[in-house]
Parts: sequence; C-alpha cells; structure tokens
Amino acid sequence: MTYFLQQLINGLQLGFVYALIALGYTMVYGIVRLINFAHGDVFMVGAYLGFFAIGSFHLPFPLALAFAMAGCAVLGMAIERIAYKPLRSAPKIAALITAIGVSLFLEYFTSLNFVFGPNYQAFPIPFKVTVYQLGGISISTIQILVFATSLILLIILQYIVQKTKIGMAMRAVSHDKETASLMGINVNMVISLTFGIGSAMAGAGGVLYGVAYPQINPFMGIMPGLKSFVAAVLGGIGSIPGAMIGALIMGVVETMSSAFISSTMRDAIAFSILILVLLVKPTGLMGKKGSEKV
Amino acid sequence: MKRRIVTIIMVLLSYAVLQVLIATGILNPYWQQIIGFAGIMTISALGLNIIYGYTGQFSLGHAAFYGLGAYTSALITKSFPHLGIFGFILSFFASAIVVSLIAFLIGLPILRLKSDYLGIATLGFGIIVKVVFDNADAVIPKLGGSRGMGGIAHYTNFPWVFFLAAAAVLIVRNFVYSTVGRACISIREDELAAESVGIDTTRYKTLGFVLGCAFAGIAGALYAHLYTFLHPSNFDFLKSIDILLIVVLGGLGSISGTIVAAVGWTFLLEGLRVLLPPAILDWRLVIYPLLLIIVMILRPRGLFGGKEFKFLKG
Repeated sequence: MTYFLQQLINGLQLGFVYALIALGYTMVYGIVRLINFAHGDVFMVGAYLGFFAIGSFHLPFPLALAFAMAGCAVLGMAIERIAYKPLRSAPKIAALITAIGVSLFLEYFTSLNFVFGPNYQAFPIPFKVTVYQLGGISISTIQILVFATSLILLIILQYIVQKTKIGMAMRAVSHDKETASLMGINVNMVISLTFGIGSAMAGAGGVLYGVAYPQINPFMGIMPGLKSFVAAVLGGIGSIPGAMIGALIMGVVETMSSAFISSTMRDAIAFSILILVLLVKPTGLMGKKGSEKV
Repeated sequence: MKRRIVTIIMVLLSYAVLQVLIATGILNPYWQQIIGFAGIMTISALGLNIIYGYTGQFSLGHAAFYGLGAYTSALITKSFPHLGIFGFILSFFASAIVVSLIAFLIGLPILRLKSDYLGIATLGFGIIVKVVFDNADAVIPKLGGSRGMGGIAHYTNFPWVFFLAAAAVLIVRNFVYSTVGRACISIREDELAAESVGIDTTRYKTLGFVLGCAFAGIAGALYAHLYTFLHPSNFDFLKSIDILLIVVLGGLGSISGTIVAAVGWTFLLEGLRVLLPPAILDWRLVIYPLLLIIVMILRPRGLFGGKEFKFLKG
C-alpha cells in the first residue's frame, strides 16, 4: 500500500510537469488550431536556461525560474512571429510541418558544440534537499517544490484566463477569431501573448524537470513533449482543465505501469489507454462535443 | 494511347540509363544504396499519400507498418534461407498480408475519429508497435528486439526497387482515377456530403488505409533486404514524421509531388553530407529543417500542390 502511494506521488510529480507543458499545447491549439510540435523543445530550452541561471549566474531558484520563463516566452513569441504567422491562412498541415521544422531546428541547433552541445549535462540543484518520511512514504523537497510551483503557476494561469480582460480576449479569440477582431480585440497581440504564456509555462516545466530528473540534453524535449501533447488530447484539446487532468493521468499511469507492470512496456500501456479513451470519448475527457454543421 | 507508349518508353529509358551507370560502376555502392532508399521512400510515401493526401485520414503511425513489413519479410527470408530469391518474393506477399491485416484490425475502430484525434491514435499505435519491436525477441528470438536484427540477405537491388516503385506509381495512379479513388477523394473533401450521397465512408476509409499501409509494408520488405539490419529505433514516430514531411512537401494528393519529394528529400539529406565541408558537417541537420520551414512558408500547398505531371493524369 505504501509502495502504491509512493508511486502515486512520483506519478503526480511527473504529471504536474507534463501539465505545465500540456497547457501550452492546449492553449495554442485552442487559439490557432495548431499542434505546436516545437513546444517540447521550448521546454528543453527552459531547462537549459535554468541550468545556466543556476550553474553560471548562481541565481537562487525563484530568479532562475523567472529567467527561464521569460526566456522561453520570448522564444515562443519569436517562433510564432517568424514561422507560424505567415501561414495563418494556409492549410493547417503546412503550419504543422513548419512546427516540425522548428522543432528539429531547435534540437539540432542547440546540440551544436558552440551552443549547448549534444552531451548530457547534470542539472545543479540550488538548495539543500531533504527527504521527509511520512509513515513509510518519502517525500523530498524536490517533489514539494514541483507540486508547489506547478500549483501556483496553474492557479495564476486560471486566474488570468478566467478573471482578467486579457483572459477574456484569449477565450474570445479561441472561440471565434473573426468575430473577436470585429469586436476590437487585437488578435495578433492575443495570439502572441498566448504563445508567450504557454511557452513560459513550458519553460517552468523545463526547470522543474531539470531539478527533478537532473540530466538534460538537447533531445530531452521529444518524449515529454509527445506525452504532454497526448495528455492534452486525452483531456480534450483546447480545454485547460482537461489538459491538467490528462497530464496528471498520463504521469500517474506512466509511473504506475513502470512500477507495477514493466518499465519497458510503460509507453505502450500509456498509449493503449489513450487509444481506449479516445474510442469511448472521441473528443477527449473534457472536450467539447462539436456538432458538425452541414 | 500515344501518351501511354511514350510514358512506357521514358520509364524503360530511365531504368536503362541508371542501370548502365550502376553496372559500369560510375555510381558506387554508396549511391546505389541511396537510390534504393529513395525508391523505398517513394513507395512508402505513396502509401501515406493514399491515406492522407487522397482520403484525408491523418495517420502519424505509418512507420509502424513500414517496420511491420520489414520485420515480417526479414523473418521469412531468415527462417527459410534455402528458398533463396523465392523466399524474398514470398516475403513480399507475407508482408503485404500481415500489414494489411493489422491495418484492417486497427483501422476499423480508429478511423471513426476525426483528424487530429486520429493522428494521436495512430501516433499512439506507432509507439505501441515500436515497444512491441523492442520486446519482440522475448517471443520470437530471431527478431532481435532492441539488439536489432541483422544478417538479412541483401536481395534488394536497383531493378527490384525501380520496378516496384514504378508499379506502385501505376497502382496509385489507377486507384486515384477509379471509382474507388473518387470515393476516397470525396471523403477527403467533405465526409458528411459523401455520406449523404450514399458513399460508404467506413468502407472506403478502411480500404484506403489498408492499401496505403500495404504499400508501407512492401517498402519495409525492400528496406530490410537493402539495409540488412533492422532496429526498432528506425521505425519510431520520428520516421513517421519523415514520411509525412515528404508527402506534405510534395503536395497532398499529388503523385508527381510525392515522387519528386521522396527522391529529392533522400538526396538532399545525403547531398548535404557531401556538399558541406567537414568543419560544419554538424550543420547538416540544422540546414535541413531551415530549408523545410522556408519551403513551407513559400509554398504552403507543397511543391506540386494538387498538380500532376502530364503522363500521370487521367
């Protein structure tokens, strides 16, 4: 039983990191109907920014987090402006392929020797780690940090989206872009902002991932990005609470499969569950059942 | 009629030219393998073009079927080495049957999903298949699992690749301009309208999917006997994305585009390896995505966006 709870906590840790990434996917999809394949690599850049902030600039954790988030926000907005904006009126698949191109570019460019280099780097941890024992379950400061930081960021995001004017603008644009622009909303700015916020969350996810699983390399974003994307779809792409739930489920399922069934089969099990859920609920757990108009 | 004769002559001529270049050794084994690879990618991409370009089903798991075809055919030739070249031919049939069966079984429940969700489901399926490949040696030791499967006989050579690719082009072209093809195109254009005109969308979606996957299986069989070594990491979703890239780059729903893109893509990646000075060779994989982005921004509909060479038109 304690083993189960222990794995549950590990799974939630992973799930919260996935949630931060999945939010970026779901927000961008909601607003421009684009699967931003480069998002996983923005996550990777965030981890590296945190690595430099802590390792080279010796910033304390909160500042390093802010630095990584700011850097990723800028990166995300730049990518949107350069690569996706010219294709807004093009068929969706063109933007998707461009996103793949950006993803490959980020991975291979950062693995060049004068940038980050292709080797694994050890992520420095800027605070003392203690492990607390609670009746047979161990929780470390790292896990508490991941939970706390993710929850704070998620609450802030929820507040922004639901309670501010800019959040209302974001929701309006994701509902109907043309009408929103007719109502006087600066659609370009809203889209840039959405990319910026989503990328900042991914950057935070990167730093937390680096702290929790302290080995980073330029290709680290591929699998977590993929799984977070699947999590976003699982929860219903375009839905923020859906992304959160989907991500937590993915994290827990992955960890549980790894712990109780087989470590090598964990991806297969996680994706099988995904396919089963999609067959039962084709638009995801919390997805809107869009009616097809003829 | 005249156009058809001219086409056949041109095809035989190009085959003859390339075959001479190979026989006289002007094209060394390295380039022969690249040409072989280009042909294999063409067949595989034509398959995805049927599924996505013509029927509009967004499949991100194409490499899984490519891999299934490769492993199946390799297993056959390795298990019956005394059959020689007949084993090779037999393995094509085996690959096609196995891949078609699996495509049918997975397609039936999955194809009812709408585009992006179908993409995810096929992506998930692709990953599941890759994990199966990794652990396959627990069930069939010959398959090698994550150690890879080596020692496959090198049966694939230029004539095989060329004529199978030509056959693939012929099949796709005839498929597209047939009743079945038109049904599939109508599904791509507007599934609801197609349904209301009486087209059995489930039947044609499944048919297109199975046909496209069978192409991937055949391509895989050729690949196994060209490269002679199989490893599960060659058949992961990154490979599926490569094939998708080729299809979109060439232009969805354009056979000519797929051929040009497949051959061009293969030669681009290898050509960059040759062109770039050793000092900046690492930049090869940085330049490639940049070129991709530029092409997509300049020509979002792909190089051949919907257009075809004259000799392929119906």
